[in-house]
Amino acid sequence: MPSNRTTRTFEWPKSDPDEVLDLCRELVEDPSYPSVKRWREAGGSVVGHFQVYFPEELAHAAGLLPIKIRGAILDATHAESRFGSYLCSILKTSLELALSGKLELDMFVSHPICDAARNLAAIWGRNVDYPCQILYLPQNANSAHSIEYLTGEYARILRSLEEVAGRRVTDADVWRAIEVFNLNRALLRELYSIKRERPWLLSAEEGYLLTALAGILPRDEHNELLEWLLPLIRQRDRKRQDRIRVVFEGGFCEQPPLDLIRTIGRSCYLVDDDLLIGLRWLLEPVPTGGPPLEALAHAYLESSSYSPVQHDLRKPKEKMLLERIDRSGADAAIIGAAKMCEPGLEEQVAYTGALDQHDIPYLVTEFQETMSSFEQMELQLETFAENLLFA
Amino acid sequence: MTGTTEILGRGHREGSVLFKNWFDGLSGAAERSEPSAYVFVMGSFVEVLRCFDLPVVFPEINSLQMAVRHVAHEYLNEAEDFGYSPDICGYVKADVAVQLRGGEHPAGRIPTPTLAVLTNACNTYIKWAEIWERLHGTRVFTLDVPGNRQAGPPSRPGSQDFETDRRYVEGQIRELIGTCEDVTGKRFDVDRLRQVLADCNTVSRSWKRIIELNRSRPAVFNSLTDGTVFLGVANGLRGTPEAARYFEDLVEELELKAEQGIGTRTEETYRLTFVGVPCYPIFRRFNELFTDWGGVFVNSTYLWFASGGTHLGFEYDLERPLASLAEGVLLSVRDAMDAMFQSNRVIGNMIEEFEIDGVVYHPIKSCRTVSTGLADSRRALIEKHDVPTLFMESDMMDKRVVSEAQLKNRADAFFEGLAARRLREARPQ
Repeated sequence: MPSNRTTRTFEWPKSDPDEVLDLCRELVEDPSYPSVKRWREAGGSVVGHFQVYFPEELAHAAGLLPIKIRGAILDATHAESRFGSYLCSILKTSLELALSGKLELDMFVSHPICDAARNLAAIWGRNVDYPCQILYLPQNANSAHSIEYLTGEYARILRSLEEVAGRRVTDADVWRAIEVFNLNRALLRELYSIKRERPWLLSAEEGYLLTALAGILPRDEHNELLEWLLPLIRQRDRKRQDRIRVVFEGGFCEQPPLDLIRTIGRSCYLVDDDLLIGLRWLLEPVPTGGPPLEALAHAYLESSSYSPVQHDLRKPKEKMLLERIDRSGADAAIIGAAKMCEPGLEEQVAYTGALDQHDIPYLVTEFQETMSSFEQMELQLETFAENLLFA
Repeated sequence: MTGTTEILGRGHREGSVLFKNWFDGLSGAAERSEPSAYVFVMGSFVEVLRCFDLPVVFPEINSLQMAVRHVAHEYLNEAEDFGYSPDICGYVKADVAVQLRGGEHPAGRIPTPTLAVLTNACNTYIKWAEIWERLHGTRVFTLDVPGNRQAGPPSRPGSQDFETDRRYVEGQIRELIGTCEDVTGKRFDVDRLRQVLADCNTVSRSWKRIIELNRSRPAVFNSLTDGTVFLGVANGLRGTPEAARYFEDLVEELELKAEQGIGTRTEETYRLTFVGVPCYPIFRRFNELFTDWGGVFVNSTYLWFASGGTHLGFEYDLERPLASLAEGVLLSVRDAMDAMFQSNRVIGNMIEEFEIDGVVYHPIKSCRTVSTGLADSRRALIEKHDVPTLFMESDMMDKRVVSEAQLKNRADAFFEGLAARRLREARPQ
């Protein structure tokens, strides 16, 4: 039985949206994961899953708290010695969370999203004493057999989750979880529609914080928060400013620091992005009825977003970026890549080629989650924005 | 009967000829604008492609060749000028430049890819093929071969988890066959597949035997240098009667050497194993860092993963060719991945079996698949085994990140340590 399930980790001060957003900022930036601590103190167990996508519904259905592991701003004192050189930061800081004891897990799952991350489960497994699993999401998304395979893979992962939770998970449990996550994705879509339609009501930083919170809170708690907050945001009395509208691409795995997102927001309206895209991977509600694992597998393959780490012949990344720009009415794109991130760096060539072809202005940049100086970036962005505004 | 003199060195002589013929064949296909298939070493599916007479190109081998011939930097610069970052795989960039040059390569001319077949054993394979898709409109077939999901014993044939994966692989192989029929306009012939599988079986059986033979003292081949030649033939010509014959001959040669106590060209003082990918931009001198001290690489994880797991010696069942192909690919490619991600277990087993004196780790900038976990894997190895290790970083393609003096200093210090250890062990207690 899910005896240890709690649904809330915080009492949110629902009187002042700004106060709530301040608390969001503290939670998202705190590498000691206060929400996880509270969940554990209440007797709950936790499953950490590395970027990009994980069917969190399965963990939720087992009464476990799924936590998105997306690196952190901290020194990788312990983890540094576990890796070689020439690697992105997120791998090291993510492992550091585990080695330093800041993030206590009962199970860790990763997906081989890139050559570096595909090593993570083995490294993690050699350093901790809880189960470390790899979820093999299909890279042959175009095979007629991939849905059946993925359904089997989800069943396998669910068996492991059941062991951690110490209970059986029924189809009804999974359907209940799917409903919670369907609602959550609908709320995140609502949040992104505010970004697109009236970006002056929600700063780039605020939009990011509210999204990122989904990765560290029980999802029903996040739902409750967004259901209260989003209508208030729509009612904000903020004036539209003369800023360019941009799409940020390159945040599918390692995250740019919050200060960088804030810097972008000072010069531009960030109307769409791929930041934490895994939380928004499924584009439509998972239809209810039938076997739930198959429904989730179907949604992953047939009704989903895109990223440089998923291969699908139907979704050439540059075409998808152009559609994102078009859909959001953006004037320009910021094409970012985390330092040493091979998929991101490789995709930059295709993205910029397509943007050149379509005469869409863009700015190319590299970032690191632990970077601390933003002056140069700010200058570049201001120049870029001014060039477009006054061209 | 063939004489000893004729047999010794035959593997190298014939390997060079076969390799040259293969490249000549590719140049001919390029000149005649014939279709070709691009594949990779971890799961090449030549078993299927040869049934359609598609010339196979291994871009990894092409790129390696550029480094060994000391021209890689020219190609890398060209790809970087095109927009590719210095921080991505050098193999990819060298190939991008080959494509931009219309197939011009120091060993001949490489045909344009009509079809690319790749597995998920390395994510760069996937990104690489997307480049051909964009440059040439190449038809890309990505075939998932799920690896092991956790440390510990892998799922075995017959278990539910293995069957789920095997069915998926078989289903995709059938789809690949359909794609090949579509691309070439030829019908699939299962008897032809049986012939190819039989030739592959000879290579697998021989490859396993060759690795076993290096338990001999002295070792009969250097897994770093000789092993790379053997790997070239094993990959490039796999599934042909020429490769089958070559490997039967090679087993004969190495068995003879083992019987007669003939070792490599190095006076064997230390038996080493190699973890990672060799430093091709200075390949000869890199090897000399070790042979100058009497170090011989008697085994390597490279012989495992760069052969796509052929070290297992899996032999296909010709009575049920497609099911068996799926099973063999799953077991072999999965093991190739484990040789990279769980190298501590692989090396741990090798130490006793091959009487290893030291382990050399060589992570490289270009290949995160192989290199990311090596520091931790080494930590785990030395926690369990009392074996000296050397950890040195450079690259397989880019000489800008190869510091020869630093490599030499580290290698020298390692051998001094090995010598001191041997002295200590020889002292009466």
